[in-house]
Amino acid sequence: MTEAVSFRGVSRYFGHVRAVDGVDLDIRDGEFFAMLGPSGSGKTTCLRLIAGFEQPTGGEIRIYGEQAAGVPPYRRNVNTVFQSYALFPHMNVRDNVAFGLRVKGTGKAERHKAAEEALAMVELAGFGDRRAGELSGGQRQRVALARALVNKPKVLLLDEPLGALDLKLREQMQEELRSLQRALGLTFVFVTHDQDEALSMADRVAVFADGKMQQVGTAEDIYRRPNTRFVADFVGSSNVLPADFVGAGPNGRWASLRPEDIRLDPLGHEAVVTSRAYHGRVVKLGLKLGAQHLNALMPATEDLPQPGEKVRVGWDRARVHMMESGA
Amino acid sequence: MTLPAILPARGGIAARAIDWMMRHPAMFTFLMVLPIVLWLGIVYIGSLIALLMQSFFSIDEFSGVVKQEFTLSTYAELLRPANFDIILRTILMAASVTLASAAIAFPIAYFAARYAKGKWKALFYIGVMLPLWSSYLVKVYAWKLVLAKEGILTWVFEKLHLTWLLDGLLALPVVGGNSLSVSYLGTFIVFVYIWLPYMIIPVQAALERVPGAMMEAASDLGANPGQSFRMVLFPLALPGVIAGSIFTFSLTLGDYIIPQIIGSGRLFIGQAVYVQQGTAGNIPLAAAFTVVPIVIMGVYLWGARKMGAFDAL
Repeated sequence: MTEAVSFRGVSRYFGHVRAVDGVDLDIRDGEFFAMLGPSGSGKTTCLRLIAGFEQPTGGEIRIYGEQAAGVPPYRRNVNTVFQSYALFPHMNVRDNVAFGLRVKGTGKAERHKAAEEALAMVELAGFGDRRAGELSGGQRQRVALARALVNKPKVLLLDEPLGALDLKLREQMQEELRSLQRALGLTFVFVTHDQDEALSMADRVAVFADGKMQQVGTAEDIYRRPNTRFVADFVGSSNVLPADFVGAGPNGRWASLRPEDIRLDPLGHEAVVTSRAYHGRVVKLGLKLGAQHLNALMPATEDLPQPGEKVRVGWDRARVHMMESGA
Repeated sequence: MTLPAILPARGGIAARAIDWMMRHPAMFTFLMVLPIVLWLGIVYIGSLIALLMQSFFSIDEFSGVVKQEFTLSTYAELLRPANFDIILRTILMAASVTLASAAIAFPIAYFAARYAKGKWKALFYIGVMLPLWSSYLVKVYAWKLVLAKEGILTWVFEKLHLTWLLDGLLALPVVGGNSLSVSYLGTFIVFVYIWLPYMIIPVQAALERVPGAMMEAASDLGANPGQSFRMVLFPLALPGVIAGSIFTFSLTLGDYIIPQIIGSGRLFIGQAVYVQQGTAGNIPLAAAFTVVPIVIMGVYLWGARKMGAFDAL
């Protein structure tokens, strides 16, 4: 079966800056795929390469098996939801949504009907006559989504679409996007710097840093079995420790230990509490074991030590993950 | 020593006045706006009304004295064929100059807004503004030489073996003439040259405000470059084009120097005003002529608004 999008050794340089550097990537048909990374990691450039706003400096991009190099965005059956939404300010909501059909020459009645249906799908039925400027952030986001979906794209690209929304709205939109994707069976490619968002929404996640893809896998793969120190640290702020420290292997290799896997243990190692921050459900403790600093997350119900106190902590050896790469 | 939570008031009248204004922002705004309102209200609008009133008087044909009685006869005079031709000629010239300026300015402004960066942008601004720093008269006289029968343009056409093209253009009825410098074509060329910067700058500013994502969105949704231009870029830049056209249109309507130096010798509104209030001493008719561009601009702006030219602002 053909992959929705496949990258083979794809690079994109801007002058001397390697925005994307030798990425191999396969996005499967009908999956919700997240590209996760800090700003400047190359994830957005990858998205723009799929959309056609950028052309690769090297390598090969295929969309459903077809060579995409040199094909302009308007000839790709791929649509984007922009971070800024990029709604046309001189058109009302209906004309915004119907734009893609209008340029393809669809008749007025037909495209207005399709626009109304797309608006109903994002729960904005009856908003057609409003101007983009009269809508709230969440509503604009939905219009941008409807405007892309009305074209029935093969792949829908979402560039940090929830970044500008407040927390509650964001959680609601995450759920809606997920169910929309399932209902339509479309391939969604989602760019975000928020690891919670990526892990909770996506079927598979690719983690980017410095223009390179660090790891790709299911949310659990990425979280439980990070490949590199970067992934361990970026996804869930894991403790990255020398392997011999956790007693898990020879020196020179690195191990990841999740903060939530550290617990109070009367038979464990002695540590000094250096900081304590209350987060509601959990308390974040800074610990010092000898020369090694550790972050620990513990349930807030426990009677936890104060900074400066000594405690004994331990962890389940099985929870320690050895990383393959030393980098 | 500990610092006080509230600093003591500073002495002096100026400091006290500033403190007072900080507590009364409305008064501050009022004082700021007052001189402008006075200037606009009395000096500018006031003299405009005085002029408007003049146009409702008429001149006594025998004594040449202005009769200060309300009449519409001066406006009726505007409709006389000789005068109406002047108005029509000026409007047509202003409209063609505006269209040509917009067509030439748009690609230049687009390039500057989307592609020019750093020193190229500086070069663009200098290139556009430089002609505005030199004397208008010098430029117009220079153009007279360029366009003259013995001028460099004739020579260029000759060297390119295109003399037939130039002759063909000059042989056109109405717009042609003996040479470019004594034809409407020449007047048109010089008008476009002189007012072009006033079109480029606002169009460039408008294009600068169109986010790059907007054009990407159009392309993403399947619009080819032509459709993107027609449906997104041009409508979004339209306020800039309208702003520029207000300059090129009204400046052409009111100019009385260019058509006097370069052209067929037939009068434009500006020249008519000049002649009527100078040599002829017919202030009411000069005033009536002056009202014409004001009315045209009013109608033009109203129409532009109706067509939604300012919706994207």
